[in-house]
Amino acid sequence: MAQMKFMCDAERCIECNGCVTACKNANDVEWGIQRRRVVTLNDGEASEMSISVACMHCDDAPCMAVCPTDCFYKTDDGIVLHDKDLCIGCGYCLYACPFGAPQFPKQNAFGERGKMDKCTFCAGGPAESKEEEYQKYGSNRIAEGKLPLCAEMCSTKALLAGDAQDVADIFRQRVVHRGHPDGAWSNNPQASTDNLAYDAARKG
Amino acid sequence: MNLLTAQLPGRAPRSGKGLTLGIWRCMLVAFVLVLSLGFTQVAVAQADPDREMSSAAPGITAEQWRQVRSGETGPNFRDSRHESTYNLINASGETWRILRNRWVSPFGLIAIIGMAAVITLFYVIVGRKQLDEPRTGRKLFRWSLFMRSLHWTVATLFITLALTGLNLLYGKFVFRSLFGDAFWGWMISASKVLHNYLGPIFGILLIVLLISLLKDNIPKKQDWVWFKKAGGLTGKHHPDAGFANGGEKAWYWLLATVGLVVVASGFVLDFPNFNQSRDTMQWANIIHAVGALGLTAVALGHIYIGTVGTEGSLEAMTTGYVDETWAKEHHNLWYEEVKDQAITEEELAARKSGDSSGDISASRPS
Repeated sequence: MAQMKFMCDAERCIECNGCVTACKNANDVEWGIQRRRVVTLNDGEASEMSISVACMHCDDAPCMAVCPTDCFYKTDDGIVLHDKDLCIGCGYCLYACPFGAPQFPKQNAFGERGKMDKCTFCAGGPAESKEEEYQKYGSNRIAEGKLPLCAEMCSTKALLAGDAQDVADIFRQRVVHRGHPDGAWSNNPQASTDNLAYDAARKG
Repeated sequence: MNLLTAQLPGRAPRSGKGLTLGIWRCMLVAFVLVLSLGFTQVAVAQADPDREMSSAAPGITAEQWRQVRSGETGPNFRDSRHESTYNLINASGETWRILRNRWVSPFGLIAIIGMAAVITLFYVIVGRKQLDEPRTGRKLFRWSLFMRSLHWTVATLFITLALTGLNLLYGKFVFRSLFGDAFWGWMISASKVLHNYLGPIFGILLIVLLISLLKDNIPKKQDWVWFKKAGGLTGKHHPDAGFANGGEKAWYWLLATVGLVVVASGFVLDFPNFNQSRDTMQWANIIHAVGALGLTAVALGHIYIGTVGTEGSLEAMTTGYVDETWAKEHHNLWYEEVKDQAITEEELAARKSGDSSGDISASRPS
């Protein structure tokens, strides 16, 4: 089975916010919620860098580990989904998530947040019918054999989505062509391009 | 081009030598032009990945990833999300997860189950603390109706908050597989709603309770002796105690410190509408959980001593009156102060039936 992953190539992202818009459109997301966001560091400086972030569908997902209702589950494709019928809106997933992916429609007194919403990798969620699924979680493009719309519509192909191996292959190719000896992950010239998960303890 | 023109002499020479030089210059200019044309072509052909390296924006450096990892935002940080206060990577989330899942959660359970086990063992081995002397049948007034109502309201809220809180921390390991998703969903949702709405009421009433009891819980010298004698567990005689003994005062001050910290951190978690950051709420959650689990464990002791653990204690908080013997044995200094106010059971019955609100107006004679 595939291990679905997103990857944003920060050297290609031009901060067009096309992914944000595509996501909102594909999933008909509630007003005020953006499942995907684009973050720009050092805006206007020489070191400016933009990166598109949403749920990264972690292997060891912190949201899953801290959820008091145990409403998260992982599909066979490694996509982290959650059951809105079980969600109580406690916000713990938000405290734990490294990417700020979980969002809540409300933020009121007495911890009234509503049901958590996050990127589903365009894989919908648990529901009785297709209509209910779309209404609660947005589109299920994975079921139709399509990849998430954000990545599909990315104009510079900075945002990649798909099986981890395919994504890594594409990125490795780019890195090699760019001439970074180590995949741009560190300044260590000895790090291997073929091994993106560079182990610093091995000293090259 | 400036370099080339600079090399031209001020007056153009008319000699043959000058002409050859002119042709050379023309060829050089043409060469430069062709060369620059070539560069433009390269710039257009950026789709060729081999060339991307020479013309793309400078690569992302390790320094930038360090900046991401540090969570530093700075004035030139932009987030496309409306009113976002998030950094790019919430690194503290993992710290919180480890603290909560690997430390607070297992050790909280150990504390509570350990306390329950110690109490059970104590009850089995030592048994109930009976009154040494027979009851005299004469009663002393100890708790007003107001204090009893306040106590039982706070107690009920405490137990509800403890059970719902424990469900939020441990429930998923037990009840989801036990009851199935439909009931579990309802159960955990009810837990959260009860916890969030009753919490503030508990907080306010706890403060009222602490203020009402402050006078009786000022630490005195005899409390130190009480603790040295472990509240009478060692030795034959009860150590000296006023209206509240050392143990009661310790429970009071635990609630006045840890209890208030739990209430305060609970308010931070319960009102996200003040836009407190994730980091604030992570710490509030850890403090809240550690404090609440500790208080729950100690509360088991308080509940044991107040109910099955000690003969004659529970009636103080239910009827408001205690037996003279109980007062003499457990609170000898207080007994000395109020012993002349003791009434018989008949007088008590008459007082209760005659005027049900009698003990509201009666001031506690301590």
